[in-house]
Order: sequence, then C-alpha cells, then structure tokens
Amino acid sequence: MTVETAKHRELGLTDSEFELIVEKLGREPNDVELAMFSLLWSEHCAYKHSRKLLRRLPTEGERVVMGPGENAGAVDIGNGHAIAFKVESHNHPSAVEPFQGAATGVGGILRDVFALGARPIAILDSLRFGELDSVRSRHLLDGAVRGIGHYGNSIGVPNVGGEIYFEAPYEHNCLVNAMCVGIARTEDMVRAAAAGVGNAVVLMGASTGRDGIGGASVLASAELGEGDDAKRPTVQIGDPFEESKVLECCLELLGKGLLVSLQDLGAAGLTSSAGEMASAGGVGIDLDVARVPLREADMEPFEIMVSESQERMLGVVEPAKVAEVIAVCAKWQTGAAEIGVVTDSGRVRVLRDGEVVGDMPVEALVDGCPLYDLSPAEPAGWMYGNRATVSRDATSGETLLDLLGSPSVASKRWAFEQYDSVVGSRTVRRPESADAAVLQVPEAGNAIAVSIDGNGRRVACDPYAGTIEAVLECAQNLACVGAEPLGLTNCLNFGNPEKLAPAWQLDRAVSALAEACEALGVPVVGGNVSLYNEGPEGPIYPTPVVGMVGELPDPARACGSAFLHEGDAIALLGPFEPSLAGAELTKLRGELDTGLPQPDVAAVAAACATVREAVRAGKLSSAHDVSDGGFACALAESAIAAGIGCRVDLQPLRERGCSPDEALFGEGPGGFLLSGSREALESLGATLIGETGGTTIEVAAGDRSFTVDLGAAESAWHSLSERVSEV
Amino acid sequence: MRWGVLQFPGSCDERDALHACSLVGDARLLWHEERDLEGIDAVVVPGGFSYGDYLRAGAIARFSPAMEAVAGFAAAGGPVLGICNGFQVLCEAGLLPGALLLNESTRFTCRQLDLIPADGTQIDLYRGKSSRRPTLSIPAKHGEGRFWAPDEVLDRLEENGQVAYRYAPGQNPNGSARDIAGVRNEAGNVVGLMPHPEHAVDPLTGSTDGLRVFEAVAAAGARR
Amino acid sequence: MPRARVLIRPKEGILDPQGKAVERALPALGFEGIEHVHVGRMVELDVEDPARLGELCEKLLANPLIEDYEIEQLDGAG
Repeated sequence: MTVETAKHRELGLTDSEFELIVEKLGREPNDVELAMFSLLWSEHCAYKHSRKLLRRLPTEGERVVMGPGENAGAVDIGNGHAIAFKVESHNHPSAVEPFQGAATGVGGILRDVFALGARPIAILDSLRFGELDSVRSRHLLDGAVRGIGHYGNSIGVPNVGGEIYFEAPYEHNCLVNAMCVGIARTEDMVRAAAAGVGNAVVLMGASTGRDGIGGASVLASAELGEGDDAKRPTVQIGDPFEESKVLECCLELLGKGLLVSLQDLGAAGLTSSAGEMASAGGVGIDLDVARVPLREADMEPFEIMVSESQERMLGVVEPAKVAEVIAVCAKWQTGAAEIGVVTDSGRVRVLRDGEVVGDMPVEALVDGCPLYDLSPAEPAGWMYGNRATVSRDATSGETLLDLLGSPSVASKRWAFEQYDSVVGSRTVRRPESADAAVLQVPEAGNAIAVSIDGNGRRVACDPYAGTIEAVLECAQNLACVGAEPLGLTNCLNFGNPEKLAPAWQLDRAVSALAEACEALGVPVVGGNVSLYNEGPEGPIYPTPVVGMVGELPDPARACGSAFLHEGDAIALLGPFEPSLAGAELTKLRGELDTGLPQPDVAAVAAACATVREAVRAGKLSSAHDVSDGGFACALAESAIAAGIGCRVDLQPLRERGCSPDEALFGEGPGGFLLSGSREALESLGATLIGETGGTTIEVAAGDRSFTVDLGAAESAWHSLSERVSEV
Repeated sequence: MRWGVLQFPGSCDERDALHACSLVGDARLLWHEERDLEGIDAVVVPGGFSYGDYLRAGAIARFSPAMEAVAGFAAAGGPVLGICNGFQVLCEAGLLPGALLLNESTRFTCRQLDLIPADGTQIDLYRGKSSRRPTLSIPAKHGEGRFWAPDEVLDRLEENGQVAYRYAPGQNPNGSARDIAGVRNEAGNVVGLMPHPEHAVDPLTGSTDGLRVFEAVAAAGARR
Repeated sequence: MPRARVLIRPKEGILDPQGKAVERALPALGFEGIEHVHVGRMVELDVEDPARLGELCEKLLANPLIEDYEIEQLDGAG
C-alpha cells in the first residue's frame, strides 16, 4: 500500500472508485484533482446510493416550471408567476456546531432559491433532536433555533412554519432540514446550465477562506464517531448581512438581464458549482484560482476549489456585460471577480496564474461516479429500544396532559417566537394558528399554503405506510386552509445505506413516496438526501421529511385550527381509523413495535377534497388535522388556542371498531376535526360528535371518559419553555 | 403627505414601511447615500438589521449621508418616525434619548401585543369598554429592544409627556424600563418605537391599528 | 503602524442579561464559584494616529451612555 492510495481513502474514496478515476483520466489524479473528485464523488454530492431509487419518483405535472436537477423546483402560481421551493438538510454540521450549522443551512437553501431568480418569501424548518432530558439535546435545540432565527431574521425572510421532534434515536445525529419558498416572474427565471463558449465566469459575494474544507466528504459521507470536536474547523460560518447584499445584487442583475446563468456555491464550493454548470450546459470551464478573492493568505489551489465559504454565487456573463455586473456588485457592497471562462473543451480546468494545475473531463467529475444498488434486508423486529415515562395506570385525563406536555406534541411557541414570521407582509396564517402557513400572493391574485411534515418513529414502525402517511399529513394540512397541493419537495434522512436495515428502510420509503405522489397527483420538484446518519448506538429513525406547496384562491377564507365560537358543532370527517401502533402514547408507555395499518390513500384524498372545498366556501369555523397524540390532543389544541372548551362524545368513532384508548389517543391518517354550524357539517357528511363551549374539555369515551380543565391543558401544552431551560 | 423611507444595506422592513406609508400618502425609498430630502414631508427610518447590527444595532447606519440629512430635517421640526432598528438608529444619532439594549430573555421575540398610546385617550382597561379601543394591537419582533435611560432621564421623559407608547400591563416583551415601547423628543417631532406598525395595516395579515401610528405622524407634520 | 485594542463593557448597574445567562449556565458545566460575569466586546485595530482613539471610541466603538471602554496600546508605543 503506497502513500498515494492511502490518501484517497482518507478522502472517502474506495479503492475501486480511485481506480475508476485513474481510468477516466488516463493517469493518476494530482492533489487538486483528487480533492475535487473526492468531493463530487462523495455521497453528499453524488447521491451514489440513492440516485437509482430517486428515479422512481414522479416529477412531471402541468404546473411544473422547474423540476429536479435545477437549483430548486418551481410551480406555476398563475398570472405569469412561479413559486420556487426546496428543502435541504444540514444535519452533520449542526450536530457539531448547532448555531452555525443551522444558520448556514438556512443560508444555503435561500441561495438555492434566489439562484433561480426567485425572491425568497418564506422559510420553514424541520428539526429533530434526542430527548430533552439530555443536556446535549437541549444545547443542540437551543443553538439550532438561535441559528435559524439569527440568519432568517437578519436577512428579512419570515419563518412561517415547521416542526420539532424529540426522540432518542436522534441523540447523536440531530436533523436540521431547512425549506425555502420564493416567488419569481416565470419568464425571468434562470437555469443553472452554463452556456455560450467564450462567456465569462464571475464569482460574486463573500471572499473565500478555509471554511468547511473537506466538509462534504469528511462530514456527510461518514458516521459521526468519538472525537468529532476535531471536526469543528470544518464547519462553515454564515453572514446573513452579506447574503442580504448578494441576494439583492443577484435579483437586480437578473432583472436587468445581465446574467446568462447563475448557480449558488454550496457543498464542495467552486468544484460543484462550476462542474454542475458545465455539465448541465454540455460545455467546459476554465477557472483561475489566482483571481479568486481570498480571505486567508496562502491558500492552495485545492483549498480554493473545495472551500465552502458561504454567501458566494457563480454567474456566467457575456464579456461585454462584465463591467456592468461588477458595477452592480459594487453598488451592493459585495465582491465580484471574473475568475474564468466557458469553453467547448468538455473539461474542467483549474489554473493558477495561467498555469494548469488540474484538468478533468466534466462528465467524469459530475456524472462519472458509480451508482450503487442497495442490499436491503428487513430487520427482525423493532430495533430502536423502548423507554416508559408514563404509567399505564394513569387516568385518561392525566394521559391527555402527559401527551400535551410531551415535547414532541407540545406547542412550539418557545421556538417560533424567536423567528420573525411577519416581515414581507404576506403572512396570513402565522405559526400554530392554522395547520399550514398561508402567504398572500397579490402578484397572482391568490395565496399559497406551505407545510413541512414527517414522522420518523412511524416510518420506523413501517417504512412504507409511514412514508405514505407523511405525504398524506402534508396534504391534509394544506386542505385545512383550503389549499390544493401543487408540488412536493422532500428530504430523505436515513442511516448508513451500506447496512442492511437502513437500506431496506430507504428502499421502501422511496417507493412509498412515489406511490403517494402518483396517487395524489403531486409531482416531486426537487429534494435532498442525507445518509449515514448513524452514531455509536445505531441509525436514526428513517425520516423522510416532506414539504408541500399548495394554492388557494382567497386567503381570507383560510381556516384556523382554533375553535371560533361558543356553541359551534364539532365533527369528525374522513376515513380515520385510529390505532396505537407507533403512536406518541405508545412511545411514552415504552411499547413501540413494528407494524402500522395500511393507509387508504384514495379515501384520504377524497376527504381532503371535501374539507378543501368547504373551507374555500367559508362553511367552517375551524379545521384541524388529527396527528400526534390522536383525537383528544387535536380537540385540546383547538380548544386551548381559542380559550373555548368543548364537550364531545367519541361513540361514533368507537363504532368504527376501536377501543376507548384508541379513539382518544390513537393515530393515523385521514382524520379531520372540524367545527362550525350543525347544518354545514352535516352537509359535508361529517360525523357530529359534540359542541364547543365552557371552560373544560369533556370527552365521553366509555370507561375512559374524562374532563380536563382548559387551564390545566393550556399549562401542559405550553410547558416546552420550562423543559428547555432546565439547567 | 409625502413620505421618505430610508433604506440601508441590511434593512428588511423598508418595503413593508413603504407600503404602509403609501396607504396614508405618497411614499418613496431613500437610499442611504442620498442627502436630498427635497419634497419629503415626513421620514421613516425602518426596521431590519442595518449593517447586520454589527458593533451595535444602528451604530453604523447613523453615520450615513441620509441620516445626516435626516438630522437636519429633524432639527428644523420635520416629522421623523423610527421603527425598531430605526428607533435604535435615532438613539445612536442622539435624536432621541436613551438606548436600546439586549432583551432580558437574551432572545429575539416575535409576538403580537397591545400598546398603550399616550395620545390623550382615556384608558379604562378594567371597567367596560370605551368607544375607542384604548390599545393598539401591533407585532413586536426584536432581540435588542429593552429601552433604557438613567433614572433622571426617565423621570424627565415622563414629566414632559415624552413617553409615546407603553406596553400594556404584563406584555413587556423585553424588560424595558417602565414598560416603555416608544419615546418622543422634546419638540415632539421625532418618535421612535420598537413594535412594527407597518405590520398592522392589513386586516388579512393582522390588525390595522398600525395605521394610527402613521396617522399620528402625518398629523404632526400637517401642523407644521 | 501602532496596534491598539479597545475593550468595551456594559456599564455597572445596567442589567446584562448575556452575562447573567452565562453565569447561570456555568454550574451545570462543572464550574463553581464564578460570579459577576459581564459580556462585552473587543475591537483590535492598526491606527496611524493613536491620539484619535478616544474620539473613535466616544463616537463609534462604544455608546458612552451604556458602555465603558478601555484602550490598550499593544506595541508598547505611546
């Protein structure tokens, strides 16, 4: 074993991958080339274990303007405008340095959206940590929320929704998935493909330092082990002020038609953006690293090519327009440097002061990475352990309070109050006021709804059914505000794909995602995969996170989830068949096991349509999807938010064949909790179960009936802030 | 009424402020390098993170050419409204007394809350309703909004009627002295407040109580 | 060029929530017997004319209403 071959292994390449590179180059790669290949051929950039699976996903639709493969996806919203959106993960960096990891996750997804020419108008985030009794998890939660708030608030994009879960399998590998939504005039949108041989390549934004060097291959393609403090220097530091200037600058450049194409610099920095732009355009690129504005002295060519310094964008510009581009950048006080040229060589060439220091075929670099098949095998039984924290002897009233106070179920007000949710004046429905965020779109005379959802624990019980549920959850949330889904983005967070069980989970989940999207007629317009989320104690729960954007004609009709009037009737609508399998209560009782009922996608879709039309017609006072904690929690949430109690009899639900416990706390898709006039609810075919009013939550459910004081329920539901500040 | 809304690198609520002003007059943006306030009847220094809040919130923005022009405008009695970061800029510039410090919770807080305007309205929060609602429902969203001044200065502000807005009892989001949410200068033409009236002008996105803040500034301008 | 360091700290008597938050977090991390924590800022700069530092501090680097500052010449010059 020579020193040479050991180097490639340190960078994450297998021996056979190295040999393939040698074959494609016709020689051994030098250091610059080896660094670039190691990053672009890493799991994080090349998707080598997932790309074949992702081909199963439906990506076409008549409203699709940009599909997978561009910086973000986009759908037509009407009147010549498009809504761009995407979700991305920043899991490994956040587990090491949560503030900067989460902040730069937001920065990165913002850049993906404005790289299309879309102005970002909303951020959502999906976070998962270990249980809150762990000091580490409290530290990660605190840092991540501060980081997301810091970046989003500073740049002036509202954070309008999200979710936070606390489960032991995420203790070593937290999940930070950030979603961004933007708006653009469809004809102004720009693609990433470099074009025009002889055109200049211009680097804009912040100067280049040593941030995140080796980040992609070192952090995201390997499991986190002991001593990951030593990985701290590779975490990127974000500057939202710089990004705000770069954003305005890029939008002005695009508005003036000064850019042929635009790409953001994310994982693997200049290497990936230049490579991907060249590949998409079928051209070549020459870059001179001596012309890259540097923040640190004496950076080597390979460092410059793989640096992950933030807030940088790469543009292709016609030579005659370069001076004007530089002038616009100067106006916005952000950097600009002409660093290269588009060629017809089909190669990426790296030069230093005119001398070639790296020369690779584009195709080999960007598309030449081998794609691997998984070797999936279903694990025998539940592999994640159990821990009981509530007693089976608790009364149902006590159980309700336990569930409402359970950090995964409880109000996330502690977190979302740290985010600006109103800047931009579009937010019609703020966090936790409705099941989905609603933003007005005066440009198209309508509005959009956005939701981000996933439930790793239920996917662990049954990856197929659990993933279908995640898609249905999103669709139900959109229906509650009267929105029809237009497109979906997803982030697949899984363990080590080279191991049997995570491979099986990933395979099943992608197939389920494809089935659910086809059945609902919702195309996948983009997404992200994060693998190798495993620690010394095993993999995370398999966690497909789904983000959906929908449209609604009249934002004034978007229903909230809180009851509106005393004396309204309450009803259940939809094919809801609650089961305790995979439920939050089952987790708290320490009784989790494999298996979930199979969802009836068509029936749930029909219920969504009914609720959607009723909301649009203004027939309802409130609409709330039944999810974590089951029906009793959904009731309590609608009551607490309104300060209005309720009296309900769950006998009609029990007649579907479930026990009192299942009726109260069982979970599953297809349940809508509605309130309004009796006549309106009956006209929808909903099942009347009670009415709003009073200061207690009173539920009749056989021998598990209970009455809970509204004030006690509210205290339990708002207990997260105390739990977080326990020092 | 012709409004000028300042725009610094890092401002983010200036477009919302521009829209709100255009509901009560004509409005245009003033780039931070402009010194010309020709034709402007009232100036708004908006919210956001001018210059990234680097060093101290508002500390760098106050030296911009536009702010120098605003200082002259204010000295001549022109109405100036500072919102959130704008309030911070005006304090740093010495156009308003006191300073805005880190929230007591050390966290950014975004919340709809009730403000009590000191405009002479009879406030009777506990016994029945007055014909005009005594409080304004307006969102606050800031990390450094704790108003502070030495006790002698606070006493003087109270005596002179310079406390323009106060948080309703129990709703102080940042620990500011005496629940102060906004203050006026002695002459009364410069007002700063931490909450964001420009985010309370559309019933679709919240309340419309914010319009009253702009109307009050417009009325002060009209009296010149 | 001479190099200087300016230390800026919150004035005594003004609530310093950052300092308090740090102080409160210390015992859980295994640090006992630490009190009166204050968090401030440090600015380092090369300055041609050190005589102007006072003015720079008063006007920009510190807010004299709420902060105290201390200037340190780093090269031993002046």
